[in-house]
Parts: sequence; C-alpha cells; structure tokens
Amino acid sequence: MSPSVCLQEMIRVIRGARTQGEERGVIQRECAAIRAQFRQADNGGRSHNLAKLLYVHMLGYPAHFGQMECVRLIASSKYSEKRIGYLGAMMLLDEKQDASLLITNSIKNDLSHSSQHVQSLALCTLACMGSAEMCRDLAPEIERLLKASNSYIKKKAALCAVHIVRKIPELGEMFTPSAHSLLSEKNHGVLHGAVILITELCERNPDNLKQFRKSVPELVQIMKNLVTSGYSPEHNVAGISDPFLQVRILRLLRILGRNNDAASDAMNDLLAQVATNTDSSKTAGSAVLYETVLTIMDIRSESGLRVLAVNILGRFLLNNDRNIRYISMTSLQKIVQTDHTAVQRHRGTIVDCLKDQDASVKRRALELSLALVSAANIRSMMKELLLFLSTCPPELRSHAASGIFNAAERYAPSQRWHIDTILHVLVTAGGDVRDETVPNLIQLITAASELHCYTVHKLYRALISDIVQQSLVQVACWCIGEYGDLLLKGECEEITPMQVTEDDVLDALETVLQSHMSTPTSRGFALTAIMKLSTRITNNVDRIRSVVSIYGSCIDVELQQRAVEYNALFKKYDHMRAAVLERMPVIDRNSSGQTNGDPSVEPMKEFNQPKPVQGVLIQEPANQVCDLLDLLGDSNPPLLVTNDHTSTAPNSTNSTSSNVQDNLLDLLGGLEPTPAPSVTVFEKGGLSLKLQCDQQTETSTTVTFTASNSTQSDITGFNLQAAVPKSVQLQMKAPSGDLIPAQGCGTVTQTVLLSYTNKANLKMRVRLSYSSQGTACQDMVQIDSFPSPAWS
Amino acid sequence: MIKAILIFNNHGKPRLSKFYEHYTEDTEQQIIRETFHLVSKRDENVCNFLEGGMLIGGSDNKLIYRHYATLYFVFCVDSSESELGILDLIQVFVETLDKCFENVCELDLIFHVDKVHNILAEMVMGGMVLETNMNEIITQVDAQNKMEKSEAGIAGAPARAVSAVKNMNLPEMPKNINIGDISIKVPNLPSFK
Repeated sequence: MSPSVCLQEMIRVIRGARTQGEERGVIQRECAAIRAQFRQADNGGRSHNLAKLLYVHMLGYPAHFGQMECVRLIASSKYSEKRIGYLGAMMLLDEKQDASLLITNSIKNDLSHSSQHVQSLALCTLACMGSAEMCRDLAPEIERLLKASNSYIKKKAALCAVHIVRKIPELGEMFTPSAHSLLSEKNHGVLHGAVILITELCERNPDNLKQFRKSVPELVQIMKNLVTSGYSPEHNVAGISDPFLQVRILRLLRILGRNNDAASDAMNDLLAQVATNTDSSKTAGSAVLYETVLTIMDIRSESGLRVLAVNILGRFLLNNDRNIRYISMTSLQKIVQTDHTAVQRHRGTIVDCLKDQDASVKRRALELSLALVSAANIRSMMKELLLFLSTCPPELRSHAASGIFNAAERYAPSQRWHIDTILHVLVTAGGDVRDETVPNLIQLITAASELHCYTVHKLYRALISDIVQQSLVQVACWCIGEYGDLLLKGECEEITPMQVTEDDVLDALETVLQSHMSTPTSRGFALTAIMKLSTRITNNVDRIRSVVSIYGSCIDVELQQRAVEYNALFKKYDHMRAAVLERMPVIDRNSSGQTNGDPSVEPMKEFNQPKPVQGVLIQEPANQVCDLLDLLGDSNPPLLVTNDHTSTAPNSTNSTSSNVQDNLLDLLGGLEPTPAPSVTVFEKGGLSLKLQCDQQTETSTTVTFTASNSTQSDITGFNLQAAVPKSVQLQMKAPSGDLIPAQGCGTVTQTVLLSYTNKANLKMRVRLSYSSQGTACQDMVQIDSFPSPAWS
Repeated sequence: MIKAILIFNNHGKPRLSKFYEHYTEDTEQQIIRETFHLVSKRDENVCNFLEGGMLIGGSDNKLIYRHYATLYFVFCVDSSESELGILDLIQVFVETLDKCFENVCELDLIFHVDKVHNILAEMVMGGMVLETNMNEIITQVDAQNKMEKSEAGIAGAPARAVSAVKNMNLPEMPKNINIGDISIKVPNLPSFK
C-alpha cells in the first residue's frame, strides 16, 4: 500500500481485515509508513497521513508520534493542512504535552488571519484544549475578537472566553464589559454564546451577579420576542422559536433571580407567560416548560406561580412519554425539600412509577419516594417500597435497602413494626445491606424488651427456612443465643405457637456452623450462641460441650480461639460460666459513626499546618479504632488520624498533623525532651534544627525535632516536611508552633513517629520552610543516621 | 458542559469519538466500551437518559442517547445542560449530517470521519453548544469545503468536476413525448431476391 494513499483506501483495507490480529498488522504497517513519511522533510500527502493517523487513533491505537506533525501542519499556509492539523491538535494534544505550547504562537497568528475560517479553526482549538498558560497569553486577542464585526467570529470568541474563564477565573473581569454589550446582538448564535458567557461569569464570581442583574430587563425582552414572535423558519424546532436559546436564557434568569426580590419581580410576568403559552406536545416545548418550572421554583416568585409550576410538573408525570416522566421526577426531586406538601399530592403517581419497566425511571421514582416518606404515610409507603425491593434490579437494591432502613428509623410507628420491616428487608435483600445493619438491628432488639419473645420466634422461623442471607443468620443466631429460653418456653401472644425443643434449636445452630454457605463471621455468631445456650437450657449441655470441644481444632483461627476459650470456661471456670453468659444489658445508641462527625473537624483545623494544600485525612481506620474503644466503655473517643506516608520521591510528601486529644495518645504525644543525645542536623543563618531519638525499639522510633533561632529577628511560618523511604512509615504530630522567637528565647518542637521493618533503611529527608526577616526560605537536609537514645 | 460525544454502532465499534475533557487514550477506549455496554442493554421503548458510567464521572453525569438504525449517538453531559435540549441537539446533528451527506448512512460516517468532525466543530465547541441552526451550520461547512477545494489545485480537478456535475441544473427531460397523432405511410418496398 502506497503511503500517500488516501484515507478512504486505508479504511477499506482495515475493514477488510477478518480478524483482530490481521487488523493490528495492517495498522502497524500503516503507522510505520506514516512515521517514515513524517520524518521526510516535505511531501504533499501530509494531511492525508495525519487524517489516517487520527482514524487509527479513534480505533484505539497509539498515535502520539503525530503530535509534532500536527504542530507543523498548523503552521502551514494551506487551509486544508491547517484544518487537519488543528483537528489533530484537538485529538492528540492536551495540556500535559509540551507540544501544546508550541502551537500557541500559531494560534495567535491565526487569530488575526484575514480569513474568518482560519480564525474559527484557531478559536475552536483554543476552546477545546487550551491550557492555562495558552489562555493567559491569548486572552487579550479573544477580548478583541469579541468586539469584531463578524457575528460568526463573535459567537466563537464568546465560547472561547467561557473556556478561558473556566481555566483562569481571574480573567473573568476582562470579559465582563464585552459580555454586556453582546446582549444587544440580533444573531441568535452570538446571543447564545453571550448568555453562556454571562452564566459562567456569574457562577464563578458572585460579585458579577450584581452587575448582570441590570441586564435582566434586556433578557426578559429577548425572551418575550422569542415567545411572541410568529413562525420564524430559521430557528424553528417543532413549532418553538429557538428553544435552545430560550432554555439558556431561562437558566440565566434563574441564577440572577435567586435570592433577589427585585430581579424576581421583573421576571414574574414573563415566566407566567411562557408557562401558559408554550405548547408541550413536542420535546422542544417540554424542554422550555421544564426550564421555566425550575426557574419559578428557584427564584422568589409569587405563590400562584409556584402552584402553577408544580401543576405543570404533575401533568408531566402523567405524560406517556417516558423521557418527560423522567425529567419531571428529576425536577420534583429538586423541589421536594422546599415544597414538600405540593409534591405529596403526586405521591400516588410516583409510587406507580416504581413499577415501570424502565430502570432509569425506577431509579428516579425510588429516590423521590424515599424523599416523600413521612410520618403520616409511612405504613403504606413502606408496603410499596418493600414490594419494590423484591422486584427491583440488582443495582438499585442496596440503595433501596438503606433508604428503607433510614425511613423506618425516622418514622417507625411502633417497635414491632420496625423490627418486622427490618426482618423483611433482610429476608429479601440481606446480601445487599450495609455491614452496620447487623449491630444496629441487634441494638434495636435489645431495646425493645417486651418484644424479645416475638422477635426470637420470628427469627427462629426465618433461620430454619433459609440460611443464605448472612446478615439475617447473624442476627438470628445472636437472638437465639440471648433469648433461647423464651424460645423454648413456646408461648407468645403475638405469634402462632410452635413447639420448639432444645434439640431443634441446637440442630438449627449446628446447621449454620457446618454449612458451606456461612461466612466465618456467621459461624462465630453461631458458636457463641450455642455457648450461651448452655446456661439457658437444661438437658443437652453435654451436646454443647462436645460441639465446643470439636471446634477447638477448627482450621479457622477465630473459631478455634473461641472454642478453646469456651472449653476452658466449661472445664476450669465452670463456676463463672453462668455469670459470663448471662443476658446482655441494653446497648447504648451513641456508638459508631456518630461521634466521628463534626466535633472532630474544628480542632483538626487549628493544628493543621499553615499551608492550605496540606494533608488528606483518612477517617476510616479511626472509625474502627473508635468502635473498639467504645466497647471498653470509653466515653471520649480518641480522634486518631493517621496518614500512612510512604514516598520514594523526597519532594512529594505532604505532612499531616494528628490531633492528640485522648489520654491514650497523650502518652505518645507529650514527650518531654529526655536527656537523650541530640544531634544538630541543620544549621544556617541562625536557624538550627536538632534531632533527638526517644523510645527506640526494633521497629519504631520517636524522634523530636527542636528548632531554635539565634538571629536578631523572629522566624515566622516555620514548617517542617519530611520524607522517608518506602519501607518506613511516618507519622508527624502537631508542632508546638510556627514562630521561633529571636535570640534563642524559645524553640519550636515537633515529634515524629517512625515505624519500619529494617532499621538499616532508616533515612529521612527534611524540608524546612520559614520566613526570616521578610524573605521566605526553604532548605532541605538529609538525615542518614539516627542517634540511639541513652537508655535503649 | 458536554463531556464527550460518541457515535458507535450496534456492535460497539466507534465511528466518532470526541472528548471535551482530557482522558488518557486507554481511558478513552474504556469509556467507549463501558458506554456501549450500558447503552446496548436498554430496551427500545425506555427513556433516553442514563446515569453515567463510573469512568466518566458516575452519577453526576448523564448519558443522553438516541438510537438510529445501526448507530447510537451518545452525549455525555453534566448537570448544567438541559436533558431535553440535548436530545433535540442530537436530532439537529443527525439532520445536519443528513443534509450534508445526502441520506447519510453508517458508511458515510466511516469513510468521512474528518468531515463529520468538521460539522460537529460547527455545532459544539469546547463542550458548549455553539450553533443550533441547521442552515447556518451547513452554510459555514460548505464555505470551508470550498476553501479547501480551491487550494487543492490540479489534484482536485476530478472532485471539482464531480461537484460541478452535481450542481448543474439540467432542464427536465420530459418523460412523455407526445407528438400527436401522426399517421406514417410506410412505402411498400419491393422484396429483393
């Protein structure tokens, strides 16, 4: 295949390839030929080659070697070559490539080209892939073009300006005056671009809102012209005059009218007019109506208008077109918080949509239904939601389950109903619920003391019918273990009586223990339940003993440990068995998750180091630690935030500070400088940094840095950052401050915890940044050996 | 903002892919595959909106698609765009392609990818809608094509001839020629022996 063959021929050959391997071979040969061609100085088929390369790129093959060719083609004088060069630039280049900077000059020249098509190529490329530097360089050009006389160029320049504002928000001020004047254009394309530009400016910078509110009358006038004008063939889409522009203007009016009475008043008439006059039989009309409704709900409109808006949405809901129904539910979702009662009127329709075949509509209906649940309708809504749960698509199950739990928790009319609901969910979708459901349910059950008998009977029945749902199995085992005596007594008012013998119960629990379907956690629950029953039943204690001793040699370490301990309880500590295994007290509700919320945020900020780009704080391990400590009865959960830092590149670490609040951690944090040897690791210009190692063990060391200042003036903004090799883990505590007083009057100390596997690898690179006498300084020091403390 | 515009066929082969946000080449291909996976599962009579796949931004972004014969046109947008508006935009795009290519079919898109890109560049720029008036778009595209052809020189002569013939206004050939009733006397020719 000749290298200068045109694009079509190559495509034909590629399509002719019968297997993937053949296609790859063809493309590789072509790419090799193209590469060779690129290397030649000048040949006529350059644009063809680049076009072929772009096609290959779309199919997914590497095409980076075409980047320089794009740059060359853009600089050519022929329009066809420029065109394909710019297209290549948009597809192959991006901000991260160095080649993108090379085209800045070409773009600049082309922006002043005589032909508007060349100018438009340059504008298009800048808007698609312009980096921040390019935008900064070319922004004045764009601003000039905004005032050009050619409306084709003006509209493109407007959108290019939007891109620039997105990249560099500060440059927005440059475009504000031009944006104003663009509103008086007649050309719809330019108007469209101008509205987008103003929208972007207002969203980025709220100060612009005041300025652009003055344009509200102008916008209202433009809308009125669009709405009341007769049939205009050029902008007509399905009977509506330029719906795209109408939608944009409505959106801008929404932003301008939010929280502002004056602007909202100016728009009221217009919105009413649009809402009543637009024909919504086609998508275009519906789009305009939908946007109008959203605007009405968002600004400070009169109540009559709001009622009208909600009614329109209700009408949309009943529409046959699924798209419209989806859209109306999306918009109802947005207003359900503010206008709850209005949306409640449509609850029936929404609940019906839960049964729709379309997965997207179902998702919207689910979210909206969950938002509409209230104390008044909880029972009927829950029935519908539970029905939905049994038939819903798998990707929505966990969302539905957690939504149901939240709703049940907030509005449960009675405890028994609550427990029933949760049980129902566990039976239907137990595999998709979150992990904390099990402890939450257990806590709920213990709290409802009069229902213990009922609960355990229900759970027992669920257990013997099916042991697939692990969360259900876990809760059932726990309850049977706790309340087994109530189960065996057999009498319960609220449920049909069933005679349960001790053997039955033990059989059920043993089935769970032995089944392949049980997870290790469930088996742990079952074993503990069997053990608890040893104090609650009378006849089969030996059976329990034998079960427990068998599991003493189980492979699973957790089970083995439990079994061995229970065995010991039987043998050596039999006198304690009854006390150990008695009923659990009611568990308190203020555990896991809730205390790690807001209170932790404020104190964290104080200790954070001055630079704003610091520290990603990971909360997850902290949660687990807190749960553990909560069980031990700690009322003040510690806020241990650690950030595991491993880095090979010394310049790339962020250091975080961990908040030291609890007594537990104070042991580690408040170290006084012990008389261990301290080494001066850094000394320059009066600032000196000393290092001291304490508490050195085989795998960890605590290091204290002390910084002191012997110059005449204070050192401010003192900040320490540290990097360690990959095998070492670093945890930095909060520094004592960031101001080092002059002439050795005080010091700043910071403690660092290092943990590692091999002491030989222990190295650290420390970067100090501070301001001394008005100048900001940064220094780096490498520490290769750490002094051992005096007493290790 | 429009994040990406994808056109692929019923088997998932990409016919046009334009991204308005930067992704690596691998990610782009994965996005195309993921989008195809999500969109091809949809029935014919369900709504045209989908939550975005994980690679392209998850539930913050929506996929708005239309299925025409063998092609899926998918626009991935974020929440600042009107969904119904984008649906109309897809329609305008397809109608424009139809006008430019005369009864466009999948083969046209396959063999003239660069032209489709040029048309798209007149409609959507930098992720924002630029022009929605079909005639305006076609005028500009035609002007640009003319500029290209005028530069092509001799090599472009056959192409110019073709377009010249296309634009030629031949007078309508009447289908039925009715000359009226003429009786033609056929002379009796002697038979030659």
